[in-house]
Amino acid sequence: MKKEQLKCIHCGDDCGPAPIIWNEKPFCCHGCQTVYQLLNENQMDKYYELETSPGIKIKTEQVPNEEKYAFLEIDEIKERLLDFSDSGISKVRFFIPSIHCASCIWLLENLHTLNQGIIQSSVNFPKKEVSVTFNENGISLRKLVELLASIHYVPEISQQSLEKPTKAKSDHSLLIKIGIAGFSFMNAMLYHFPQYLPGSENLETDFRLVFAWLSFFLSIPVLVYCGNDYFLSAYKSLRKKIISIDLPIALGLITLFVQSTIEIVGGHGIGYFDSLTGLVFFLLIGKWYQSKTYAALTFERNYKSYFPVAVTKVTNAGNETIPLDKLKAGDRILIRNQELIPADSTIQKGKASIDYSFVTGESIPVSKNEGDFVFAGGRQTGSAIELLVQKEVEQSYLTQLWNQDNQTEKATPPISLLINKVSQYFTVIIITIALTAGSFWYSKDIEKAVFAFTSVLIIACPCALALTIPFTFGSTIRQFGRKGLYLKNTDVIERLSKIKSIVFDKTGTITHTQSSRTEFVGNPLNSEQLRKIKSLVFHSTHPLSKIIFNTIRGNEILKVESFKEIPSLGISGKIDGKTINMGSRYFVTGEEKPEEDLRTQVWVYMNEKVAGYFQFENNYRQGLSETISNLQPNYQLHLISGDNESERENLVPLFKDHARLNFNQSPTDKLKYIQNLQLNGDTSLMIGDGLNDAGALNESKVGMVIADNIYNFTPACDAILQSDKFSSLHRFIKFSKTSMKIVWLGFLLSFLYNFVGISFAVQGSLSPIIAAILMPLSSVTVVSFATISVNFMTKKVKL
Amino acid sequence: MSVVFLLIIIGILVASVFLIAFIWAVKTGQFDDSYTPSVRILFDDDISSSPKDEEQTTDINLEEKSKKP
Repeated sequence: MKKEQLKCIHCGDDCGPAPIIWNEKPFCCHGCQTVYQLLNENQMDKYYELETSPGIKIKTEQVPNEEKYAFLEIDEIKERLLDFSDSGISKVRFFIPSIHCASCIWLLENLHTLNQGIIQSSVNFPKKEVSVTFNENGISLRKLVELLASIHYVPEISQQSLEKPTKAKSDHSLLIKIGIAGFSFMNAMLYHFPQYLPGSENLETDFRLVFAWLSFFLSIPVLVYCGNDYFLSAYKSLRKKIISIDLPIALGLITLFVQSTIEIVGGHGIGYFDSLTGLVFFLLIGKWYQSKTYAALTFERNYKSYFPVAVTKVTNAGNETIPLDKLKAGDRILIRNQELIPADSTIQKGKASIDYSFVTGESIPVSKNEGDFVFAGGRQTGSAIELLVQKEVEQSYLTQLWNQDNQTEKATPPISLLINKVSQYFTVIIITIALTAGSFWYSKDIEKAVFAFTSVLIIACPCALALTIPFTFGSTIRQFGRKGLYLKNTDVIERLSKIKSIVFDKTGTITHTQSSRTEFVGNPLNSEQLRKIKSLVFHSTHPLSKIIFNTIRGNEILKVESFKEIPSLGISGKIDGKTINMGSRYFVTGEEKPEEDLRTQVWVYMNEKVAGYFQFENNYRQGLSETISNLQPNYQLHLISGDNESERENLVPLFKDHARLNFNQSPTDKLKYIQNLQLNGDTSLMIGDGLNDAGALNESKVGMVIADNIYNFTPACDAILQSDKFSSLHRFIKFSKTSMKIVWLGFLLSFLYNFVGISFAVQGSLSPIIAAILMPLSSVTVVSFATISVNFMTKKVKL
Repeated sequence: MSVVFLLIIIGILVASVFLIAFIWAVKTGQFDDSYTPSVRILFDDDISSSPKDEEQTTDINLEEKSKKP
């Protein structure tokens, strides 16, 4: 077997030069092998047969410690997590972002083979949820979560998952409404059809009466139940003195119903009930098509879903796990490797190396010592530390900022949509035409005058107009989703098409979050020297040591003697009796680092001389320069970064403007920057990734988050962009404009139909058959025009 | 012609049955997840009962599956 081609049976990753062989199968790491072994022992190998390498790899540094799920034994938290619990039988739902294939479904639905306590489990794939019914005597909630984690399906349990949303109900009612409207529409059409055939005047009057009253009764639930949203929203917007598209729809529906009822009561005809029910049916279909959402994605997350559910409190009696909301200032808490600091605190014990990249945008973890102040939101990497909480969770510096954002969001009025602007003019014009036609006939024939008036309102009912946007944007959102841009709702497309400036965050947005590029400056090192360096940094927990350790290839670790780590200076040790020093310039060479040089460096002293230094630079995303240069001509580009200025020189050639590059920006600065931009009339698109951008993302017209894994935590935003699709950004923005053009063409089409219909109506010669043909026909034309042209254009521009 | 009245009544009753069935299906959540059941139906029955027999069947499955692209 060729070694370099070995793929891990579990996760499909390259096994590297030293694969782990178990049961004659290669694995990339012990984690993967453990899962395989567990499944193998339980005769669950089928997991690997349904799909090739379906497993999830968990990096060694992310392996949870034993105490991680201790909080699941607290009754209060358990109670809030469980959906249902009665006499030892409990039901719980977990969101598991890593569910991705048929094998996952199979394994998670066969959990009962792994543990007898599990009664039944079922997966909801689109939502990436698994609901488990289990016997508490057989397996505790904590053990259940640990079991899931042990097979690498780590459930996401956060503050936000404790507050259960009940969103599914509204979806149900829309479907039921569609069902009822469809039922009534189909039947009414059947009853009306004979009237439209030649010779229908010979139909017995009994038939006509039965058909008419049947359709009348069928249309009542449609008007009262299925169409109630239109009346409600028309009424609501009228109270706010806005004329929305729902107003002419509501007017049309009422006139249709009243006119038809008068006709059947008076015995003149059987009315327009087929058009009425059909109208509501089409409108509801449009609503349903537009409401396409990504069930597993959340756009509304706040800091609560980033924060842990519980913390370990250190008391004199020992460690105790308490729910996060019970944490008070003055408590001492224990933060282990990879755990989050939940509140602003000072370090009591231990050396911290805190990764703030998500909350402040600093790309390289910060070292902190005893007595130092640490902000909430940072992630500890390395050994456990003890903290003294200074402020409560809700009052911590960053938490406060995020809370403020939620308030400002509620205060801002809803965005005026294009459709509302159009419908303002539309409604006024239609009512004017109706009145003119009415008054024209008034002197000659009063009955005809009333008929002409109502006919205009009926035929001008903007069904086609109202369907243009749902279907154009609905198709666009689907196409975007297929290409890796997930929008919160269809409104985002319109806002995206109007932006004038684009603001980028640096860390994690235009650079990769974790991997900084490391470069060695000085005489090139040979493999012997590299091995020595790797062996030395292996003993250090400093974040930079870890980066260096990961960049040097090879597995061999040499023996290091008299290893010393001097805080904020560097490390030192002896290999084969020779001293190696690594650390700051001052520590290694004795010279002070020039102040203007902001780049992070680690100097190396070995073989009794200074060998050179490692320099850390940011690793930019692929396609960055292409994207920037494509956006440059049409948009004002800005950069706001929480990081230091070290990258300015690299970025100036890209952005071509010093003034729009901003460094050392706090989350509040970012928010204010966007506010200032928008005060000057610039509608802006903010592209960020972390909580430090949360305020800015919220404030900007469109907030877009870039994510390597879209199911992981993302701050509240309007759109989520898959990170490997970053180079398509300009195409997405351009396509949103194309979408708008399609909407305008759709409007034009529906106006044409209205024009034809109105020309019949003003003459007072609108018959039910014209309405019955014209209204569905216009809707079908507009719907097919919208969907076909969106799909055609996506192919044409190669989105 | 009066038989037509009967037909209409039967027609609307049959349609109502389907409408009620649809509403019931929506309310019991059958439309909540339209993907997972389509995968689930392809799985074999429980594996816990008789592991040895199961191993043989899964081997056959493997062969079938591997033929697919």
